[in-house]
Amino acid sequence: MKKNLYIVRCGEVALKGMNKPHFERVLLQRVKKALEIYEETEAMWVEGLMFVRVPASVPEDEVIERCVRVFGVASVSPAVQAPKDINEIGRMAADFMQDVIKADDIKTFKVKAKRADKNFPIQSPEIARQVGGMVLKECKVLAVDVHRPDCTLNVDVRREAAYIYRDKVKGFGGLPLGTNGKGFILMSGGIDSPVAAFMMAKRGMSIEAVHFHSYPYTSQRAQEKVEDLVKVLAGYMGSVKMHVINLLPIQEEIVKNCPEDETTLLVRRFMMRIAEKIAEKNGGMMLITGEDLGQVASQTAEALVVTDNVVSMPVMRPLIAMDKVDIMDKAREIGTYDISIQPYEDCCTVFLPKHPVTKPKLAKIEKSESKLDVDELVKAAVESEEIITIEP
Amino acid sequence: MIYLDNSATTKQYDEVTELIYKVSKETFGNPSSLHAAGFEAAKMLKAARGQLSALLPSGGQVIFTSGGTESDNMALISSAAKLKRRGKKIITTAVEHPAVTETCKRLKQDGFEIEYIPVGENGCISAYEVAEALTEDTILVSIMSVNNETGAIFPVNDIAESVKRYNKEHGTEIIFHTDAVQAFGKIDLTACKADLISASAHKFHGPKGVGLLFMKDSLKLPAFITGGGQESGLRSSTENTTGIAGMGLAAEMSGRDMDAKIRAVSEVSEYFKNVIMGEIADVRINGSDEPGHSMSDVGKRLPTVLNLTFEGTRGEVLLHTLEQDGIYVSTGSACSSNHPGESPVLKAMGLTPKQIEGALRFSFSEFNTREETDIVIDKVKTAVERFRRLGSYQ
Repeated sequence: MKKNLYIVRCGEVALKGMNKPHFERVLLQRVKKALEIYEETEAMWVEGLMFVRVPASVPEDEVIERCVRVFGVASVSPAVQAPKDINEIGRMAADFMQDVIKADDIKTFKVKAKRADKNFPIQSPEIARQVGGMVLKECKVLAVDVHRPDCTLNVDVRREAAYIYRDKVKGFGGLPLGTNGKGFILMSGGIDSPVAAFMMAKRGMSIEAVHFHSYPYTSQRAQEKVEDLVKVLAGYMGSVKMHVINLLPIQEEIVKNCPEDETTLLVRRFMMRIAEKIAEKNGGMMLITGEDLGQVASQTAEALVVTDNVVSMPVMRPLIAMDKVDIMDKAREIGTYDISIQPYEDCCTVFLPKHPVTKPKLAKIEKSESKLDVDELVKAAVESEEIITIEP
Repeated sequence: MIYLDNSATTKQYDEVTELIYKVSKETFGNPSSLHAAGFEAAKMLKAARGQLSALLPSGGQVIFTSGGTESDNMALISSAAKLKRRGKKIITTAVEHPAVTETCKRLKQDGFEIEYIPVGENGCISAYEVAEALTEDTILVSIMSVNNETGAIFPVNDIAESVKRYNKEHGTEIIFHTDAVQAFGKIDLTACKADLISASAHKFHGPKGVGLLFMKDSLKLPAFITGGGQESGLRSSTENTTGIAGMGLAAEMSGRDMDAKIRAVSEVSEYFKNVIMGEIADVRINGSDEPGHSMSDVGKRLPTVLNLTFEGTRGEVLLHTLEQDGIYVSTGSACSSNHPGESPVLKAMGLTPKQIEGALRFSFSEFNTREETDIVIDKVKTAVERFRRLGSYQ
């Protein structure tokens, strides 16, 4: 079967010292997994680069799209392999450029050569010159422009063979998924939490989601929206488990017994407690939230102190110092934004106080909470969880 | 399941479902084909046209469409195209279905002027105001027969008379269209004097995706969809034969004992209304208290629709609470923190945003029973009480 070659480069994995083989092995697994739908796909590491071969019948864009979604991948290039013979390299480079001209309307190019194998008799600048000459001869429409070429043709001469490729399509970088523990994201239908989950996953953390709703105060469509968001994330992470909890019984207790201006904070504290319990049960080591300092009343510094106080697990807040516009840009980039802005109510907005407290005092909050049977409420909520697995 | 959302759509008659299955298998010919299979299909269309015409005025033709929305579009756009040189003004109401209001907005962009007749507190307009709004520049009046959110019965025949009189006195050619989607198959329209009447099959227990526009013979509209010349050249496209056959049968079945049926529905919905009003405090009827059973009961409420505001609640929450017990109703607004989708109809009737938020629409069909409403009453009571207990936050 004819196959196309892709060169996959890793970013930080290369820097990982003693752990490098582990990271490389995981990344290879992840790339293979991302491409497993194509039969007879091969992937292997060769001296710091991953070579992936996929049947030629699969469109190039599709392979690239799948590869760049794998965390830990810095860039991907479709490439051709050539024997280590300057005439062969030149001939194949010319063929390669013919295809490029057909696909994109390019007028100028330059050749960039790299000689990793110092035993190859011709030096890099000379390789570039000779290959450039041969391409010009074959592709009459092209001219050389070393300053602003429409296309840069790379020639890498390595120990085992020479490689010819054009663009590098950038990946997200980061670290291979599963190399950094497991975290539980408090997942709403908003813009922030999917981005927070994405950012932690990008650093190698496996993710499970905890979603709170207030049905019938919130609708089934609101939960479906969250499932749609998680589905987008699953496109990067593979299937994602989501723990779904109805918070309404707790909200009703709070509304009945506690001061109105503290409702949101009290609810947040319950969410943290429940999420921690679920994480403990399922091998999680951290909680993740999409909180962003000062964004809303429950995310002021004082409020965060009060919510953090109820859990002993570390709480990761990857968006904490980002501006909203930047979070929105990130959400657009990863493809969750358009889903997040659909207008369905989530449980945070159901019992929104008119004037929520912004500088809460821990002692006062604890006093309000003492009217509730916290342990029992948390226990009941955890027991009522519904678990769904969301596939990409 | 207790289905009380019959203004949104209705359950198809079993007989209609069976017929559709049968003709899908057996009568699949193209009615335009010359051979016997085509002729069979053409005969089926003719029969359906007959079944539908029986519920419509005489002296007109039935044009099959893809549904009420298309019928409204055709009525407005083709009328405007026909009369654009005679004038620019279109008269409608503030409470039409979006199929009419959105089409009017589009016509406004094309240079037409739209005048919206306001509604009163009962959700109804006055025929007098429409008559007063007629000018020599007017080309079209489009006013619904029955409002889909409140059930208000509009003075369609009075308006038709005024338009006719005005045309006679001023030599104008004003066309009068009525969107009768909520009325067709429920009340008698054979005496309806409108030039154009829209109807939709799935509102009277027929299939979705099929409807009709009735057009008076004296009126010649330009083509709405051009192509192979079906539907007298007005609406080309191979006919939805199975859907049309289903619509025909649904019309025939709806039309049987129509008056007795609407009165039976009235008994169920009046019982429901009276018990609710008696047992739950602070409930308001959005629309008329009084049920009406014919086109001449102007200003009254077609008993298929009952729109109530439960003060101090949110309709959407009540809806989802009832849904848990398999009871399906609809709200006056798709309320949400970042999407204030309040009903323009209730707004036009002067309801406050809070009152709109607390509105629920119960819509009945011949299939609903008093026993069902007893269950619903009980559940509504519980839901409203539960909500109001937490009410200080709303």
